[in-house]
Amino acid sequence: MRRSAREVALDLVSPQRAVFLLLVVLLVAIVVVNPSFAEPGQLMRFLQRVAPVAIVAMGQFFVIVSGEFDLSMGSLVTAQVVGAGVLVGQDGSRTVPVLALMLAFGTLVGLVNGLATTFLRVPSFIVTLGMMLALLGAVMFWTGGAATGNPADEFRQIGRGGWREVPVLDFVPYAVVILVVLLVLALWYTHRPAGKLHVAVGDNVATAHHAGVRVWWVKTRAFVISSLSATVAGVLLVGYAGVHPSVGRGYEFTAITAVVLGGVVLGGGRGWIVGALAGAVVLEALFVLLNYAGVPSTVRSSVQGVIIIAAVAYSALDFRRRRSGPATTSPAGGDAAPAPGRGGDTSTTSPAHSGA
Amino acid sequence: MNRLRSLDPTVVVYLALVAALAIGALLVSTVGRNFFSAGNVRDILTGMSVLGLVAIGQTLVVLCSSLDLSVPVVISLSSLLAATTMAGDPARIVPAVLLTLAVAAAIGMFNGLVVTKLRVNGFIATLGTGLIVKGYLDTQYKGTAGTVPWEFQLLGATGLGPVPVSTILMLALATLVWFVLARTRVGHQMFAVGGDPVVARLSGLHVARPVIVAHVVCSLTAAGAGLLLASRLGVGSPTVGSQGGYDLLSIAAVVLGGTLLLGGRGSVWGTIGGVAIFAVLDNVMSVMQVNPFLKDIVRGVVIVAAVAVYTRRTLHAHRPRFGVGGPTDDGPVLGPADGAPATGQLPPAEEVAR
Amino acid sequence: MTTAPVLTARGLTKSFFGVRVLDEVSIEVRPGEVHGLVGENGAGKSTLMKILAGVYQPDDGEIHLAGEQVAFAHPIDAMHAGVATVFQEFNLLPDRTVAQNVFLGREPRRRGVVDVREMARRTQHVLDELGVTSVRPRDRVGSLSVAQQQVVEIAKALSHDAKVISMDEPTAALAAHEVELLYRIVRSLAERGVGVLYVSHRLKEVFDLCDTITVLKDGRLVSSGPADELGPDELVRRMVGRSIDTYFPGPLEGTERGTELLRVTGGGNAWVDGIDLSLRAGEITAVAGLQGSGRTELAEAIFGIRPFTRGSVEVGGRRVRVTSPRHAARLGIALITEDRKATGLSLAQSILDNVLLVIRGVFPRRTAHVRREADALMARLELSTDRLDREVQLLSGGNQQKVVLGKWLATRPRVVILDEPTRGIDVGAKVAVYDVIRSLAREGVAICMISSELPELLGIADRVLVMRDGRLVAELAPSATEEEVLRHAAGAEVSA
Repeated sequence: MRRSAREVALDLVSPQRAVFLLLVVLLVAIVVVNPSFAEPGQLMRFLQRVAPVAIVAMGQFFVIVSGEFDLSMGSLVTAQVVGAGVLVGQDGSRTVPVLALMLAFGTLVGLVNGLATTFLRVPSFIVTLGMMLALLGAVMFWTGGAATGNPADEFRQIGRGGWREVPVLDFVPYAVVILVVLLVLALWYTHRPAGKLHVAVGDNVATAHHAGVRVWWVKTRAFVISSLSATVAGVLLVGYAGVHPSVGRGYEFTAITAVVLGGVVLGGGRGWIVGALAGAVVLEALFVLLNYAGVPSTVRSSVQGVIIIAAVAYSALDFRRRRSGPATTSPAGGDAAPAPGRGGDTSTTSPAHSGA
Repeated sequence: MNRLRSLDPTVVVYLALVAALAIGALLVSTVGRNFFSAGNVRDILTGMSVLGLVAIGQTLVVLCSSLDLSVPVVISLSSLLAATTMAGDPARIVPAVLLTLAVAAAIGMFNGLVVTKLRVNGFIATLGTGLIVKGYLDTQYKGTAGTVPWEFQLLGATGLGPVPVSTILMLALATLVWFVLARTRVGHQMFAVGGDPVVARLSGLHVARPVIVAHVVCSLTAAGAGLLLASRLGVGSPTVGSQGGYDLLSIAAVVLGGTLLLGGRGSVWGTIGGVAIFAVLDNVMSVMQVNPFLKDIVRGVVIVAAVAVYTRRTLHAHRPRFGVGGPTDDGPVLGPADGAPATGQLPPAEEVAR
Repeated sequence: MTTAPVLTARGLTKSFFGVRVLDEVSIEVRPGEVHGLVGENGAGKSTLMKILAGVYQPDDGEIHLAGEQVAFAHPIDAMHAGVATVFQEFNLLPDRTVAQNVFLGREPRRRGVVDVREMARRTQHVLDELGVTSVRPRDRVGSLSVAQQQVVEIAKALSHDAKVISMDEPTAALAAHEVELLYRIVRSLAERGVGVLYVSHRLKEVFDLCDTITVLKDGRLVSSGPADELGPDELVRRMVGRSIDTYFPGPLEGTERGTELLRVTGGGNAWVDGIDLSLRAGEITAVAGLQGSGRTELAEAIFGIRPFTRGSVEVGGRRVRVTSPRHAARLGIALITEDRKATGLSLAQSILDNVLLVIRGVFPRRTAHVRREADALMARLELSTDRLDREVQLLSGGNQQKVVLGKWLATRPRVVILDEPTRGIDVGAKVAVYDVIRSLAREGVAICMISSELPELLGIADRVLVMRDGRLVAELAPSATEEEVLRHAAGAEVSA
């Protein structure tokens, strides 16, 4: 099964692979501007910073690839962070039970999101929007609006600590290890039958249903994964960024951006999880580059905005070129889940075969 | 529930509003306050105005099956542009307003073009635009800026009896937009493009125009909201838009008001009803001194519950032949959450490569 | 009629992907004439209609309208010129009113603003002309019945001042009393001088309504002449008579008609009624019928998509209630659906991922095993591509259908239902599909095949059931003639 050079080149430039090219270019550029970045210690710290974003990107990947949205991630991150601060307090021994509680809560949120979407037949956009509001309100209510201070160091160590004096790498943050473990786990899952079903469901819900797939369970699983990823990111952020009420703000949008950058189509049915991961790293690398290049941090947003639009426009181009099937609408393919924000995209098809 | 489903969604929203008013009045009286006092009514109406303006514009965008997430930054930018241009001088009110509207229209035009020409999904396109403008805001403005002359501040402060001027403006705008939707070709085209772009195209419509118009109008109404906020605050603020969560809340109000998230069906009056329900909820909770954070929980639950109740659209692709034991004539439902397919015998797609 | 024709098409030719579907076909429609267009599936009727509607452009030939030559680049051109078409899938916006749909894109205006009253008035006028009282301009289209929606489509056509209105199988989705309404409408259209091109399988209607009948077969014109010069028997003979050159494999050696694997007794739901059906191992049961006769619904009932609400179902002797496709799959029932792109395939996924879908979804533990056998499975299906990671949407129709078959074969089903399995695929792939069906039969699988292609039906079936209006009306031996099948499918009154 060898492919021609042209095929390989085309593939490299497709949105699904272009993100890796972009990543390499960015990393090289960073090193050029600031050679000390290439030092293992620096690199590791960079990865430590990337970890939470990368983890939520992977979680959001499953949701988007299944054809849905999870807008509640940011609030969940905030809720988990603030909750950790309150529950652990200064008692480091509570770390493990609180962690367990956080994971349980994350699972619950994911289940609610998934079941409401599939059984109440409410678009996931709305369900997760409602969840976002409710979570934020609940957390603020519980803490009386003032997030308490940072919890005990034992808990914080997860996010900010690591192994020091490590040969070659110098410093290996726990966050990075967690990221790697989760990546491996995610990769393993996407190769399992259960993991493959997400893409199938996102591509064509009707076909999946006709094939006996339990669509509601596949989608709910995706939401649970997403919520758990937000939970883990929250745990890391407690250590890394500390507890404050706006810690999770906008995380869902960052996650969606990373996923889209990574070549996943909004609407589902296509995508590689490593792409989503790469998208997250690209985003952070971009900001590091801008930082080193002396570009004011306030311009960050603008750059991010331009990149998002460019990336999606590019993938829309590729998508239309390749797709010769039935009507496609952007947020969530043809007859398979149409999603909000479809915009002006309409169909192109080949004529029906052998007219009768 | 079936009878409820056969009612016009707008009617359902107003029924819900009436119910909310009734329950609200009851609850408020238990703490010894009069829900319908002039002061309270004014509070409710004031609370409606800003979100109402934004939601009116968002209605058009959602009808066209797109979204506008850039409204918070447009609001903030508008307030800043207006306040800094006016700089306390009443003679500069008009040019300031014109400038603000012009800039907002340009942003809306950009949104519309990205969505229709670059074929980028509304969610992403306006997310991107919002970020681009945010970057500008972050660099240019470190905090509040500008001064709004007292004459302009009247806008946000005065009223006819208990009805604030801002509410009157909002209703006037709603009427205008309703008119556009009901009585102009562009308005009709919006329903077509949002409802079924294939049918729209086959009927010879230019599918881009209504979408661009919708985005421009949405940005304009956001600018209006920004101007209103500037008049209330007396200054422009770079965070006033994002603090209010106007992007997702306006979409929520639109959906609560009975407009389909996928587009093709909806009404401005329904949206106003949705905004009113939010305002009533807020008011009741604050009068009863409920913790403000619970408000968000209630909002969240209400949104999801409301949408779960509304009907979805479907064209009868398959009609039952034998009455007994068949599903209702509502027919199968098309939607993203569906585990079940729309119909069994799907006719082959009749689409035109254009 | 001796008046000059309003629409003349000459020498229309059209090919898709190298397959010629229309070959030098000419047709004339006169004002006030109801012109029937008949032919089997694949005869070219719908292609002809679509060319006249501006959906396709002919490779060759010309069209004249009221004496002038025209060319339609887009359906709206045809509409403007006065040729309107009512397809089986309506182009309507369900959330808008009748008036809004009728005047979509050309709403009457007064001083720059849409004149709603005028729109309603004109719509009512058109409805009055059609003699329809049950539809009002302000009714929401989504709340109307199929028949009423069809009226809206016709009103739309009429409001364009159509000189010619084509209708594609207009009664396919209508109940008996609604057909009456359509008859009246067609007749009133003809009285107004509109030419009606009436495409239908239902011979009774064709003879009831049409003044002229044109017969197509295999993309060519067979005959075109006054209806009263033609009898139903002769018509059917012209539609169907062909040289039997196509290859249909007979039963393979070792095929035994064995035990009953599936039995339906008195099955019914909203779409079918009184179904008594028995499928035996090694036997190929074909189901014939016109479009809209309920065949697909029957398949869906057995497969659990629209389950039976009356009667009973037994699988392997055990009484069951099949309530979902997953349930059906677990019981060993497979359904190859009619529309592979919509419900049979995940187009952006690879061949392998498509083939493994049911396994992954319902029998995940078998995944590794089936994966190892994937190559053998592809070979059995003669899938002519060497890369299992190829995206399915890039495959030809025939190969796509093989992928769908492969998906279900991988589950080793006991009962396989196929709904139009050879629709839209090339001859080579058809043969491969027949081979697979026969080999399944030899393995003891019970097969039920729905098909609109009469030669195929009779060529491969061990027995033929005919459905009409949601019921099984006849059982025939495979030695029956196509005319017999058509007669039962279309209604025995024709042969009177």
